[in-house]
Amino acid sequence: MATPSATLPRAADGTREIPHTVSPGLWTLAWRRLRNDRIGMVSLYLVAAFLVLILLSATGLIAKDWSKEVGVNYAPPSFVGADIEAGTPAGPATPDATVPASEYKSSIVDPLGDVIAELKGEKAAPPPAGAAPAEGKSVDPLADVMADIRAGKGTKTDTTPVEARRATLPFGGDKWGRDIVAKTIKGSETSIFVGIMSAVVATALGTLFGAISGYYGRWVDDAFNWFYSVFNSIPYLLLILAVAAVLQQKGMLTIILILGLTGWTGVFRLIRAEYLKHKSREYVQAADAIGASNARRMFIHIFPNISHVVLVQLSILTVGFIKAEVILSFLGFGVPVDVVSWGSMLNEAQNELILGKWWQLVAATVAMAVLVTAFSLFTDALRDALDPKLKGLKGH
Amino acid sequence: MAADSKHDAGTPLIQVRDLRVGFRLGENQTFEAVKGVSFDIPENSTVALVGESGSGKSVTALAILGLLPPENSIVDPGSKILFQGRNLVGLPFREMRDLRGADISMIFQEPMTSLNPVFTVGYQLTEVLTLHRGLSAGAARKRAIELLEEVGIPDPKRRINAYPSQMSGGQQQRVMIAMAIACEPKLLIADEPTTALDVTIQKQILDLIAELQRRHRMSVLFITHDLAVVGEIADHVVVMRNGEIREKGTAKQVFESPQDPYTKALLMCRPEPKHRPMRLPVIEDFMGGRGPQHLEERKRGISPTDSVILDVKNLGKSFYVRDGLFGRKEFKAAADVSFKLRRGKTLGLVGESGSGKTTVGLTLMRLHEPTSGQALFDGKDILAMSNREFMPYKRRVQIIFQNPYASLNPRFTVGQILTEPMQIHGIGANAQERTDTVFELLGKVGLPDVSFYKYPHEFSGGQRQRIAIARCLTLKPDILICDESVSALDVSVQAQVLNLLQDLQDEFQLSYLFISHDLAVVKYISDEVMVMNEGRVVEIADADTIYRHPREPYTQKLLSAIPKGWQGERKIA
Repeated sequence: MATPSATLPRAADGTREIPHTVSPGLWTLAWRRLRNDRIGMVSLYLVAAFLVLILLSATGLIAKDWSKEVGVNYAPPSFVGADIEAGTPAGPATPDATVPASEYKSSIVDPLGDVIAELKGEKAAPPPAGAAPAEGKSVDPLADVMADIRAGKGTKTDTTPVEARRATLPFGGDKWGRDIVAKTIKGSETSIFVGIMSAVVATALGTLFGAISGYYGRWVDDAFNWFYSVFNSIPYLLLILAVAAVLQQKGMLTIILILGLTGWTGVFRLIRAEYLKHKSREYVQAADAIGASNARRMFIHIFPNISHVVLVQLSILTVGFIKAEVILSFLGFGVPVDVVSWGSMLNEAQNELILGKWWQLVAATVAMAVLVTAFSLFTDALRDALDPKLKGLKGH
Repeated sequence: MAADSKHDAGTPLIQVRDLRVGFRLGENQTFEAVKGVSFDIPENSTVALVGESGSGKSVTALAILGLLPPENSIVDPGSKILFQGRNLVGLPFREMRDLRGADISMIFQEPMTSLNPVFTVGYQLTEVLTLHRGLSAGAARKRAIELLEEVGIPDPKRRINAYPSQMSGGQQQRVMIAMAIACEPKLLIADEPTTALDVTIQKQILDLIAELQRRHRMSVLFITHDLAVVGEIADHVVVMRNGEIREKGTAKQVFESPQDPYTKALLMCRPEPKHRPMRLPVIEDFMGGRGPQHLEERKRGISPTDSVILDVKNLGKSFYVRDGLFGRKEFKAAADVSFKLRRGKTLGLVGESGSGKTTVGLTLMRLHEPTSGQALFDGKDILAMSNREFMPYKRRVQIIFQNPYASLNPRFTVGQILTEPMQIHGIGANAQERTDTVFELLGKVGLPDVSFYKYPHEFSGGQRQRIAIARCLTLKPDILICDESVSALDVSVQAQVLNLLQDLQDEFQLSYLFISHDLAVVKYISDEVMVMNEGRVVEIADADTIYRHPREPYTQKLLSAIPKGWQGERKIA
């Protein structure tokens, strides 16, 4: 909490230095309660572990080379063992690396090509099955999505040294032979970063609007409520798709803005109610009596008293937006193709599953499920810690 | 003390023996709320359980009814509560439930929250009767009407269909009492049943409870903090403090020859209408064994030579409520209020709830926009100023609110609370100087220096009110508006805060506008008293004049409703 030592009077007159213990503030007390909550603490550790992971990946310490094709295409997880028929010989023998990028891509990208190849009984290595795609492509319903992937991919993919491709990877590889573990870490970075940032934007907007609306009331409140009602009357997903379509550009910033600009309404309603409640409290009237300005009353007096609501909302929204990002990316409206996220991994996985390549799906799903569950449980614990009255326990 | 049951031949209705109740606070902490309490409730008599907040009186009552929250309360298994020979401690839930409502019933402090707002009072009353008595719907309804008539609800045939919100607070409490006596209980527990009510209503309810007790020959356990009320109603008195019994005996013993210093202090520290000592006695005077000091009479009243600091003329404040689609209804909270506040004097403002007394205070602080009128402060109308012009005056008029638990920002340390006003108004050259002022003021209101670093929740109600007073003093005001500032405090703490306010007035020549519903307190602190009713001034006069010779009938009614306390041989028990 605020450190009183900052205002500690200096011992100018010798006697003013008063021995004192710093009294625990709200946050200290909440932390003490949280520490006693076993589920809450386990969730907190898990969430913290994820945050450390994505911090490391963001600074390039791990998963920096996630887009390197380190394994053979669809390299199976090490514990499953190498795909004897296809994997082993294919690796070093592939001519891809030497082929110009454009040709190389078309030869491997279309998964249906592989399927057809398999159906034809040519159980040979997937890469050389380059003949098939031309026909396969025209019937592929996901053709444009794949085109995106190709376009994005072409610029990014490192040309992989031929000799380095491994038959198996710790948790398998995707269809370009990229390490799923690294990819999942990178995907987590994107999804969590987008989730947190858009939650911050939405909470900040909602809090600001709610504070102004609830505090000033009258026509200001009416105006905000109109705005809110109009916003809320549009089906949420359609609104997101519409904004996405208008903005045209794909990028992390865009999706953060989309989620942030559309997600503030819930926070707004809650914070507005809190301000309505608090503005007539006696401590706010007392602040008025000593001459505190409106802004001072709003943000210095009232805000600390409702900050726990804001924090819990931030936490709830983060979970919601991580899921929203996954859905958007899955549908192809999310992050651009040169960026990997849990959503785009799931999108790829839906095709791979037909081939029985389950590892990418499992990796993305497990990572997402663990984080989202942990974050949700942590949010519950946080709310209980900040507002112990909810649990029916005694205490101020 | 076995004397308390001497005039009762049979065994008492309830025998509480060595009752111990604790509350679980954290993992290994328990708080002992009741520490080995023993007393009797004889048949057909009223026992008053008196104590200040935290004395364990309500916990004792809840233990008798088995209503303590099971998740964090622990009743010592050695405790005994014998009701007609049955031990109520550890009684199975089902048996306890049959007992509640039928043999023992309870009325609570807040009638507004004890009644279910979505059902008519008739429905709630008949429900009790059909549940416990097994009456048919028709018979229950007939009985309900009788009960409403008995508790004094006018026109009960019609009012039985009313919703709680359509009744006044006093009527709601009457309905609660009707529900409580519906099954002719042997014991009625009343937990501060009149604390939330106005004095005139309080008197009616007390009379009603006393009358019902006699008529139904039941016993009443009356829980209160107010000894004056106890004196009017109780046969036996049990005084509790910090979970222990300090004194018990018949009302006569306790009021006429109290043995325990705490009881003595409680009896003395409440201001009496007849006397006005220089300082009110406080608990410490008695517990320290040195007895009350400075009991000589203080002179009050105003003289024409006193200079006027605030001259309020025809102040009016209306609120508008929507009426229909376009119409609006005017509600006059205050109308045509005129008075003069004199320098260094106290103007007491009394009235019942809804009289507009708080509205006047808040309007003068400009926390409400006035509808009409003027308030001349040093010859300038502070109500007509712009906010900017008002700023220097804002500093000079300060307010102390009723609820010290609500008026301090819980996220600020006391140091921050007290330095903030000075920062805003630019008082004191620098942070160092302001901090010095804060320490000086903390000393003045009787708080240790360490308070500077603490949060409000670490203080008791009385200490918080001192902090609120210190906050006003940081601005060196001329006028202090005290809006029910001591009403929420325990009597002993009330005396301390009143003494503090008096000392400050003597030292700084402050002028007080003292708003309260408590006539005894207003009489003690005021030089001049203004009585308000329904937004209008009824009477203004010197404090002594108004108490001795009230002119208006309304004032007379108010004064006669003040609980008289122990009046000697009141009735034959």
